[in-house]
Amino acid sequence: MATAPTNSSSSQSAARIALVGNPNTGKSTLFNALAGMSVRTGNYPGVTIEKKIGRCMLVEQHVDLLDLPGTYSLAPRSPDELVAVEVLTGEVVDEPPVDVIVCVVNATQLRRNLFLVSQLLELGKPVVIALNMIDSSSSRGVTINTERLSEQLGVPVVATSATKRRGIDELRHAIESRLNLDDSAEEMSRRVLPDLFYKMRDDFRQTLSGTESASSPDQTGLPSDYLIERMLLDRGGEAERRFVSGQVSDARRGEVSAALAACRQRLTEQLGDPIDLECNARYAWAAEKLTGVVSDVGALSGKMTDRLDAVLTHRLGGLVFFFLVMFLIFQSIYSLAGWPMDLIDGTTSWVADLVTSVLGPGVLRSLITDGVIAGVGGVLIFLPQIALLFFFLAILEDCGYMSRAAFLVDRVMMAFGLSGKSFLPMMSSFACAVPGVMATRVIENRRDRLATIMVAPLMSCSARLPVYLLLIAAFIPSVTYWGGWLSLPAMVLMAMYLIGVVTAIPVAWILKKTLLRGEVAPFVLELPEYRVPSIRVVLTRVWDASLAFVVRAGTLIFAASILIWFAGFWPGDHTRQYELQQQLATTAADADQIATLQAELRSESAGLLEQSLLGRIGHRIEPIVAPLGWDWKIGVGALASFPAREVIIATLGTIYSLGGDAEEEGLVGALQQSTYPNGDPVYSIPVALSVMVFFALCAQCVSTLLVIRRETNSWFWPVLSFSYMTILAYVGALLTYQVGSRLF
Amino acid sequence: MTTLDQLQPGDKAQIVRIDGVDGIAARLREMGFVAGELVQYVRRAPLGDPVKCAIHGCRVAVRSGEAQRVFVEPQH
Repeated sequence: MATAPTNSSSSQSAARIALVGNPNTGKSTLFNALAGMSVRTGNYPGVTIEKKIGRCMLVEQHVDLLDLPGTYSLAPRSPDELVAVEVLTGEVVDEPPVDVIVCVVNATQLRRNLFLVSQLLELGKPVVIALNMIDSSSSRGVTINTERLSEQLGVPVVATSATKRRGIDELRHAIESRLNLDDSAEEMSRRVLPDLFYKMRDDFRQTLSGTESASSPDQTGLPSDYLIERMLLDRGGEAERRFVSGQVSDARRGEVSAALAACRQRLTEQLGDPIDLECNARYAWAAEKLTGVVSDVGALSGKMTDRLDAVLTHRLGGLVFFFLVMFLIFQSIYSLAGWPMDLIDGTTSWVADLVTSVLGPGVLRSLITDGVIAGVGGVLIFLPQIALLFFFLAILEDCGYMSRAAFLVDRVMMAFGLSGKSFLPMMSSFACAVPGVMATRVIENRRDRLATIMVAPLMSCSARLPVYLLLIAAFIPSVTYWGGWLSLPAMVLMAMYLIGVVTAIPVAWILKKTLLRGEVAPFVLELPEYRVPSIRVVLTRVWDASLAFVVRAGTLIFAASILIWFAGFWPGDHTRQYELQQQLATTAADADQIATLQAELRSESAGLLEQSLLGRIGHRIEPIVAPLGWDWKIGVGALASFPAREVIIATLGTIYSLGGDAEEEGLVGALQQSTYPNGDPVYSIPVALSVMVFFALCAQCVSTLLVIRRETNSWFWPVLSFSYMTILAYVGALLTYQVGSRLF
Repeated sequence: MTTLDQLQPGDKAQIVRIDGVDGIAARLREMGFVAGELVQYVRRAPLGDPVKCAIHGCRVAVRSGEAQRVFVEPQH
């Protein structure tokens, strides 16, 4: 079935190029090298695979570059995997067909990668091979004859090194010339399996069209040849499930299933079990195609990786190193972010002063300084720490250590019903639960995946970090031990991160014993070679994450800040407040007079806040939060931060700024000096810890709940998430305060 | 003949067959666990499971449960 290639330089819509490859081939780096910054993402309808499209200039033509999820094989076992295959075969409704498939191949693992290539060649689409990571293979003295490989496979092969940006232009040329090659007459689908198999497949198609013609005479309801092949080869696979369940009646479903079983039976008799038939044939094909191509076949590459593994996965040393890495990450987030944070802090107060000097007292000035600057600025200050966290995570992932961590902890995760594969999603959730929940797609088993999705939001994400940092800075004494190597604030921070982890264990265990009961899921994990992380890849991730954070601060948190400001400003008569502010601005010298005016302004502002909508709501909920040691301001903050945890900072910033508390010392000072009407300080160490524990365990994040809804395709899981986490958070905070206040 | 999980660190063996026709059996085969292939048992994880092995020039970790399905002939 040859498909006519689109000579799209003349047509309106751009040609489509799909990027396919095994995991760990540098596919995403190559995608970035080709598409640059012009990437947009979305979802295919009904499934969870991400649709990532970039605009890419080849030589003279613009094309749409499509990045598909990394896969070892095109044998769909889930609806998601089936969609990825259907994108390639052009069977997705409303998706333009793919014109050229670019297969990214890891040059150091050529043989195993050819397995996927052999399946792609059967699709009947033009294929171009990017022989990536060519530098690591040649640095080991392995030479690959790309011309011969290209001859053997019958498709263009281009050697590339995506991280070093080598061979990219050659690849652009190769794609473009393949795109414009007019070979519609040529039979492009190549045969890898025994001829007899294809004959049986065609017979089966005939049988199907026979049963089909009874209802639809035009016979258009049949899937592509490749999907029919998958129906025969994958017992219980998704291609079979979809086709059988898509039949109009039970009778026809029975008929199709029987025809499939009969055909598989004949196949097994003549060629052996389909599962063995396919893999043996494809690996034999790969071995044959590689004769005379690679100088040094069979040797296990990467002696360095094995030497490193001997240490990093050592019985004792491996575990010590693991904890050391985790500890160093938290310690550095603390110590390295200092001066950029001061810089942001300085800038926001400079802007606030500027606004104050330009605008007279009034609603607008209050909105800008108390609402926007105190709210958004208070959140933006944590940008350096978030950038650092993503920086370390990207390094761990890019250098290959992340899968070792999965290897090390698998046994532990198994004990409470998960696997090492849950480690990456959970680790990513330390940055943000949204990518963490999406990263659970690597877990094939549905029950394991759901259990991971349920516990991933317990990991302390970067949105909790500002809450911890603010309260730690305000209330945890900065004591250091061991000559400054170990500081109390860093230890409290680490403890907050541990709470989530420790809680996740029983939660996952209970879920796996009740709602998600079933057999233990299989575990096969590739341990890629270690490599020096690419600065470009790491910085791209940091940039994306920082941008997302800033956009969030500029939209969601901006909107929330304005709402909170309004609720705290209205209703109330602010005339006296403006008068005082005006007097303060014009009164020169006389320290006593200024102090009196300031004191009066403070009590006037505090009174206005108490009368406001926010104050009234706060006092209404105070009885609920009082057992946690909170005053009404914290209660309002927790309530207002339902859309996103960082909002509590913005809320507290606005409340204290409106209440006239945050003058010189900023939010940290305002918290330290905050008192009840009787003069007792609001915050003590147990109160600060209680707030932190609440935020460590709560599910205050609309984005996470929505992504859980999207990934599980049901409202049950996000509702469960929110309910159990909120209960845990309340109980945790209650225990912390009640126990803590008796100890201190 | 023995199974992959019974080997000692450093042992090499030739794969004879893989038990099962389910999804995990298919995944093992896709990752290169096919009859005739050489596999090396490299090491166990610090806590006893999973097992790291080398096949096709790649390093792959499998749990003992999966390794039991891989029947091998040790090579000396």
